[in-house]
Amino acid sequence: MAKDWPLWEIFIRGQYGLSHRHVGSLHAPDAEMAVLNARDVYTRRNEGMSIWVVKSADITATAPDRKGPMFDPSNDKTYRHPTFFDIPDEVGSM
Amino acid sequence: MPEAYRKNLIRQISQHAHSEVVGQLPEGNWITRAPTLERKAILLAKVQDEAGHGLYLYSAAETLGVSRADLIDDLLAGRAKYSSIFNYPTLNWADIGAVGWLVDGAAIVNQVALQRTSYGPYARAMVRICKEESFHARQGYDVMMKMSFGTEAQKAMAQDALNRLWWPALMMFGPPEAESVHSAQSMAWKIKIMSNDEGRQKFVDQTIPQIEYLGLDVPDKEAKLNKKTGHYEYSDPDWSEFFDVLKGNGPCNVDRMAARNKAHDDGAWFREGLLAHAEKQQIAAE
Repeated sequence: MAKDWPLWEIFIRGQYGLSHRHVGSLHAPDAEMAVLNARDVYTRRNEGMSIWVVKSADITATAPDRKGPMFDPSNDKTYRHPTFFDIPDEVGSM
Repeated sequence: MPEAYRKNLIRQISQHAHSEVVGQLPEGNWITRAPTLERKAILLAKVQDEAGHGLYLYSAAETLGVSRADLIDDLLAGRAKYSSIFNYPTLNWADIGAVGWLVDGAAIVNQVALQRTSYGPYARAMVRICKEESFHARQGYDVMMKMSFGTEAQKAMAQDALNRLWWPALMMFGPPEAESVHSAQSMAWKIKIMSNDEGRQKFVDQTIPQIEYLGLDVPDKEAKLNKKTGHYEYSDPDWSEFFDVLKGNGPCNVDRMAARNKAHDDGAWFREGLLAHAEKQQIAAE
């Protein structure tokens, strides 16, 4: 029976000033090998200057079918956006 | 997600992944025989890309709830298919040029369309693959230019490679629409974007002018531009050969699977060793 190495999620920072971004996943026996594999799989063309690896099993995610209860409440709070308020032209930019 | 859609995606994405992995074999054979150090480095980079493409695709398949180990077992046991083109041999260096140019060129036609497929992880893998695939086709054409514009003997080798790989490259798009098993359903699901015949036409249209630039003869003597449609008319490959290779009777089917199984078995102690080491470290840390 074949046995897979644990699955890791890979995050790469493309350049200074940007956040790390999720680019994909891969299998590796441990974190050190996950970093080396990520270097070979995801940065063969100068795509990165920093790599994070996280065991997929350690990620807690929102469930797709809970999308409504999770995110709807922010939809009815339009006053959180600056465009909710009309500022008269005479006042100038704000 | 409907179960039939999921099943078909797993079949298609894993076959695609297997093709990338088995596709390393005909080229890997020439890494140690490349004519210059630069060509060797380029071919090594290309073959490494193919391994990467296999990994992106296995990852995409895994998002559908299958394990990579099981998919690879299916390949090694001969239960899974991969692209038939890789069951043809690469006899000499000109074949390496022709493979990059024609085989990767044909793959690009399919893969560019699949960037718009309905399953996100598959589409994203395609975007990444297409970016890299263009290097593959161009390095192949570069080899073909060098040989076509070289000595008479080199030009003859280039023509011979083109003659042998032209028909299998046309077959890569699959049988004509009427004989294609999964086509209609896959098109409806948008896991196939273009019909086999549309892809093949596109490939012929883009490739014949490239053959002419090299000063080589188009292997299909009947091929000619239809001025009205703007498309080339071309002859069908021998479909009985296609189905025969698919059944396992191609020139290299047995060799490819033997090489893949040997590499897998020879690497087992290393994969297991790394895992044992990781588990030991974990216990020590706890």
